[in-house]
Amino acid sequence: MSTDLLIWLLPLPPLLAFFLIVLFTRRNHALSHSLGVGAALLSWLGSMVIFIRAINTPHLGSHPFGSDSIVNWLPTGDSWLQIGVRVDPLTAATLFFVAWTILMIFLYSVGYSNYGQPKGDHDKPGLQPHGATISDEHGHKHVVPSVEPMYSRFFAFLGLFACGMYTLVVSDNLLTLFIGWEIMGLCSYLLIGFWYQKPSARAAMIKAFLTTRVGDVFMLLGIAYLYSSIGSLSFSEIFKPETLQKLGSTPAVGGILGLSAAGLIGILLFIGTIGKSAQWPLHVWLPDAMEGPTPVSAMIHAATMVSAGVYLVIRMFPLLQVGSTPENISPAMGVLAFIGTLTAIFSATIAVAQNDIKRVLAYSTISQLGYMIAALGIGAYVAVAFHLVTHAFFKALLFLGSGSVIHGVEHGVYHTGETIDPQNMFNMGGLRKKMPITFWTFLIGGFALSGFPFITAGFWSKDEILAEAFGRGYWVVFIVLVLAAFLTAFYTMRQITLTFLGKPRTQSAQHAQETHWTMTLPLATLAFFAVTLGWLGISESFPLIGGLIPNHVHEFLSDTLLVPPEALPFNLAPLLLSILVSLGGLTLGWLMYRKQSSAAEDPLQSALGPVYTVLKNKYYFDELYDLLLVRPAYWLASTFTNQLLDRGIIDGVLHLIARVASNVGHVFRNYIDKPVVNGFGDFVGTGIKKVGQGLRIIQTGKVQQYLLMALVLAFGAMFYLLYTVIPH
Amino acid sequence: MIPLAWYLIFAAVLFCIGLYGVLVRKNAIAILMGIELMLNSVNINLIAFWRYRSSQGIAGQAFAIIVFAIAAAEVAVGLALIISIYRRRNSIIAEDMNMMKW
Repeated sequence: MSTDLLIWLLPLPPLLAFFLIVLFTRRNHALSHSLGVGAALLSWLGSMVIFIRAINTPHLGSHPFGSDSIVNWLPTGDSWLQIGVRVDPLTAATLFFVAWTILMIFLYSVGYSNYGQPKGDHDKPGLQPHGATISDEHGHKHVVPSVEPMYSRFFAFLGLFACGMYTLVVSDNLLTLFIGWEIMGLCSYLLIGFWYQKPSARAAMIKAFLTTRVGDVFMLLGIAYLYSSIGSLSFSEIFKPETLQKLGSTPAVGGILGLSAAGLIGILLFIGTIGKSAQWPLHVWLPDAMEGPTPVSAMIHAATMVSAGVYLVIRMFPLLQVGSTPENISPAMGVLAFIGTLTAIFSATIAVAQNDIKRVLAYSTISQLGYMIAALGIGAYVAVAFHLVTHAFFKALLFLGSGSVIHGVEHGVYHTGETIDPQNMFNMGGLRKKMPITFWTFLIGGFALSGFPFITAGFWSKDEILAEAFGRGYWVVFIVLVLAAFLTAFYTMRQITLTFLGKPRTQSAQHAQETHWTMTLPLATLAFFAVTLGWLGISESFPLIGGLIPNHVHEFLSDTLLVPPEALPFNLAPLLLSILVSLGGLTLGWLMYRKQSSAAEDPLQSALGPVYTVLKNKYYFDELYDLLLVRPAYWLASTFTNQLLDRGIIDGVLHLIARVASNVGHVFRNYIDKPVVNGFGDFVGTGIKKVGQGLRIIQTGKVQQYLLMALVLAFGAMFYLLYTVIPH
Repeated sequence: MIPLAWYLIFAAVLFCIGLYGVLVRKNAIAILMGIELMLNSVNINLIAFWRYRSSQGIAGQAFAIIVFAIAAAEVAVGLALIISIYRRRNSIIAEDMNMMKW
C-alpha cells in the first residue's frame, strides 16, 4: 500500500470500531473488545510501517510523506481550504509512541474492566464495579471483582479517542489538527465522567471540559488570525521562510504588547497548549481527571491528550521561534519558558504532599510537561521531542502500573471486607512480594521518571534538557528545572517506597494479588521502551559510551526543522548535577519513608509544617478559582441573569406583551367578533330557516298540484315574454 | 289543401284535452295517457310546420320520431313506477301519492 494512503487510513480503524461497538456489538463484551483492540492493532501496524519507512527515508524533513495527496475540502469563496497528511520525522516519532501506548492501553483495558468476571451484585451503569459474591464448591462465599457494567461503551470511547489522536498527529494543517484536538476534548469529557453517577466524576468532567475550553478558544483565535494573515493553515505553507519572515515583520493586530503577528499567533496557540497540557494556570483540571478509569488516565495524561499539547508547540516551533536571535529568544518563546518553568516546579512541589497514588502521577505529569514547555522555550527542540517520546512511555507505564496496584489492593479489599481507600498509598506497603511484575515495571517507570543515571530513558532525555538549559546559559530555567528534578526523584521514591516496600500497612495490602496478564503484558512492553529508548539518544560527545550507539534521535528529529539545530558540546557540570539530584532525591525519599508505619503521619508534615498544608491543598488554587471564577459566575447567573435579566426584564416584557395581547383580544371579541361576525352568521342561518318555513306550504307532495303551478308559471312567463321582452 | 291553421287548432285542442286529463284525473294511468296526448299534439305541430314551411329537409320528421321514442321510454318508466306503487300501497290514485314532501 502506498505510504500516503496508509497515512490517510490511520485514524479510520478506531473510528469504525467506535461506530460498530456503539451501533451493533455493545451487548457482546468479547466482540466489543476484540473490535477495539483489533482496531488499535491495525492502526499500530500501519503506524509501524510508516515509522519504518520514515526512518529509512533520507531528508524526510524537507520532503515529508503525504505532501502529494492534498485534497480540496471546503470551498472558501474563490479558493479552497486544503487538507492533507504529513509525516515528517517529528510526526513519525510521535506516531511511534502514540501507536504503542494506545495499543497497550486498549489491551490493558480488557483486564482493567474485569473481563470474564461475573456481574456485580449491586453494580449499576455509571458506577464503578463493586464486586460480586460467588460461592465455591465447598459453599464458602467469596467477593471477587465484577465486570464493568458499561464494558463495551468504554472501548467505544477509547476508540473515538484514538481516532482523534491519530487525526491530530497525521494532520498537515492546523484545521484537521484542531478537529482531532476537539475530538479528544470531547472524549476526555466522556471518559473522565465515565462513572457519571459519582458526583465527583461529574464535577471533574465538567471542570476538565470547561478548563480546556478556555485554552481552545484562544487557540481557535490564533488559528483564525493565522488564516486571515496568510490565507492558509497548512504547515508547509506556514513554515516557508518567506511566510515566517512576513509574519515576523508585521506588527500584531492592535499592536498588543509590541508583538509581531507571529508572536501573537504563537502565544494564542500556546494558550491552547496551556489548556490541553494542563500548564499553570489552567492545570487544575488534570488532577481531578483522575476520577476516570485508570486506562483513561494513562490515555489522557501520558500517551495522547496532554502530549498533543506539547506536540502542537513543537510542531509550531518555527513560528514561535520567529524573532529570536542567538542572544535573545522571541517573546513567544519567553512566555513558553516562563510558564513551563513555573509549572514544572509548582506542580512538583504539590506532588510531594499527595497521598493518592494517581494524583501524585497527575502532578508529576504536569511537572514533566512543564519541563518540556520550558525546554522548548529555550530552544531545545530535539531534547523536547525526545523527552516527549520517553515520557509518554514511562508515564503510561506508571499510570497503568498504578491501576494495576489499585486493582491488586481492591482485590484485597474484596477479600477482607475492609473499608479503605484503595488508592491511598498509606494503605499499601509491601506489595513488591504480592505483585512482582507490577513492582518491577513500576520501579523501571519510576526510575525513568526520576532520571536514574545511565539505564533509564528518562535520564537521557532529561539530561539533554538540562544540558541545553546549561549550555545556552539560561540560569534561572536551569536551576529551577534541577530543583524540580530533585523533587521528582523524591516524590517518585516516596511513592515507590510507600506502595511497594516495607511491610503491608493494611489487611487489604496483605491480601493483594498480581493482576491478569492483559494488564501485566502492557506493563512489561512499556517498561522495555522506558529503558531502551534512551539509548538511541545518547549524545555523541558523551564520555566513554557516547558514539557506541549513534545518536539516532538527534539526527532524525532535527531533520524536521529546515535549519537543523546544532548539537551542543558536552559539559560535565549539568550531567553531574543531574545524576546528583536524581540519586539524592531517590535516596532521600527512601530514607524518609522506608519505616513508615500504618498509624504514623507523613514525615513531611512535621518537617515542613504549614508549608505541607499549603502543598497538600495544592496552593489553594481550586479554592482561588472557586472564589474568583466559579462563585462570581454563579452569583452572576443567579442574581443578575436569572433574577434581574431573565425574570425581571425578559419575563416582564413577555408578561406585558401577553397582557396587551389579552386585552386587545378581549376588545376584538366583544365589539367585533360577537356582534358583527356572529350576528351576520346567525342572521343568514335564521333567515334561511324562516324563508324555508314560509315556502314549505306549497310543497304538498301531490304531483298534480305541482303541474298546476308549473302551468301557471309557464303562462306567466309566456305573457311576460310576449308583452314585455319581445318588442312590438 | 287544408290550411295550416286547422292543424294548429287541432293540435291546440288535443293539447288542452291532454292537459286537462293530466290535471284533473285521479287515476295515474289516465294521467300518463294525458301526457301521451300532449306529446302527440306537439308532434302534429312539428309535422305541420315542417310540411308547410320547410318540406325540403327531414328535420320535422326526425324530431317527431325522437319524440315518439322519448314518449315510449317515458311511458315504460312511468308504468313501471305505477306498478311498483300499486304493489306497495294497493292504489293508483295520484292524490294518495303524497309522501314526497317534508
